[in-house]
Amino acid sequence: MMRFSTLMKHPANWMVGKQEEQGAVITSRIRFARNLRGYPFPGWAKKSERAKTMEILRPAVEGLAPMKGAFSRELGELSSVEKQVLVERHLISREHAARTDGSGAVIERRQSFSIMLNEEDHLRMQSIRPGLKLTEAYEALNKLDSELEEKLEYAFDPQLGYLTTCPTNLGTGLRASAMLHLPALVLSDQIGQVLQAVNKIGLAVRGLYGEGTESLGNLYQISNQSTLGESEVEIISRLERVISQVATHEQNAREKLMEDDPEMVADKIGRAYGVLRHAYLIDSKEALNHLSLLRLGGDLEFFPKDTVHLCDVLLMDIQQAHLQLHAGVKLSPEHRDSIRAEIVRSRLQSLESPDKLPDKKSKKPRPNEGEPKKDHE
Amino acid sequence: MKCDYCEKKATVFLTQLTDGQMKKVCLCEGCAEERGVTDPTGFSLADMLMGDFQKSAGDSAPTSATPKKESFSSSPRVCSECGFSIEDFQKVRRFGCANCYKTFAAELTPLLRGMHKGFTHVGKVPEGLMESHVRRQRMEELNLKLEGAIASESYEEAAKLRDELKKLEEMEVGK
Repeated sequence: MMRFSTLMKHPANWMVGKQEEQGAVITSRIRFARNLRGYPFPGWAKKSERAKTMEILRPAVEGLAPMKGAFSRELGELSSVEKQVLVERHLISREHAARTDGSGAVIERRQSFSIMLNEEDHLRMQSIRPGLKLTEAYEALNKLDSELEEKLEYAFDPQLGYLTTCPTNLGTGLRASAMLHLPALVLSDQIGQVLQAVNKIGLAVRGLYGEGTESLGNLYQISNQSTLGESEVEIISRLERVISQVATHEQNAREKLMEDDPEMVADKIGRAYGVLRHAYLIDSKEALNHLSLLRLGGDLEFFPKDTVHLCDVLLMDIQQAHLQLHAGVKLSPEHRDSIRAEIVRSRLQSLESPDKLPDKKSKKPRPNEGEPKKDHE
Repeated sequence: MKCDYCEKKATVFLTQLTDGQMKKVCLCEGCAEERGVTDPTGFSLADMLMGDFQKSAGDSAPTSATPKKESFSSSPRVCSECGFSIEDFQKVRRFGCANCYKTFAAELTPLLRGMHKGFTHVGKVPEGLMESHVRRQRMEELNLKLEGAIASESYEEAAKLRDELKKLEEMEVGK
């Protein structure tokens, strides 16, 4: 049986995966909701009924080829810190972490797949990939789902599709989403406009941490809302199109910032570097915001390329439960800030200062040269 | 930033989006703990907290912030398989079992309108159900054509369609 510490020791696949194009899209995620025919949904089921569905689901899921040697637990077996760590890694939902016996989680060794048992639906399965790879993530999960389908009888209706606990998931039961890093759109005050446009075409946008458009760390999640009346492929290709447009906007905004005001960009990145390298107390808000700029610096070649991955891993490791797990004891907020700073300092120890720039960067040509320049208000 | 409840520094920030309405709560460590926000097993969501906060702060929230409840037919019906009622649905916005979708079909349809792009599933179908799914789709199509043929008085065409439909119906029953 895989231990929790072993699961944590392996970095998630999506954190180490080589991305051809670094940048705005950090991860792509696909989630299916499925239920067994003939059993009440988990939220309405009696304890004994939940135990019964667990008995059916768990061996079926553990028996899947990719789940060989997976991390598999009933939630009652995990401490609340362990569950919270899984939430911070996006492996289980916040709601699921509140559950105990009668619910479970099965997580593939490299964390590319995770399956929640008796969450809101009997099965919530997801696959995560680095970069903009929704189709790839979908195909992988679809294969897994088809394999499960041979062993389990799903609740399905020809008219309504896969029957889910909440009608918002009816039909495909599919939620496709991407996590995006959009610092240049935020710096150039375009983020509100872009997000509004995305919202208008029926997609959901939310800051990953923090509040609304002032999302901490400039991290955003875009996902589909409608699940009925469109096929999986249609939903995903539309989403993929929109996300790649947003990524292009971000790219353009970066180039424009570097052309118009390279000193401002260099200053922000340099200051972020300075604080992260030398702080002894740092709260999560400050850390997230500076890591975001450091990550931008990686993309803009102020730092070596792998800085981007370093930042992505740090974004996980500086969160509350991760710190708690690292320390092994319950931490006060002040103590947390101190350990957070310590971790950040040690990880960035060998990262060289971005001094040489920025004049090399400002010569980089912009693709849409002819465009009229917008004055700053 | 200060805690919404007391004067201490806020370290916990909670945001919830409901029907496009954003609700925010800022809490200090102590107040967060007191209200079970830091405890993952008590993640009672911003909603409860918001109600709590609005009371304590004497803040009158705009009524649009609370999602309107659709009024359903008043007859108290219950799902024959799981005992779930429409009142339960109004409370939790979730169903009790797959059969609830049949029981509450009438209440469901208007709800789907604002929720999804369509009313009919067009994606993946479980392997074993594929055949009958395709058959049912074909039957729907034939029925439409049949109506058209009858309306335009092309009886020969109508007879042909009726034969094909009959065959499919037999297969569906014999399954």
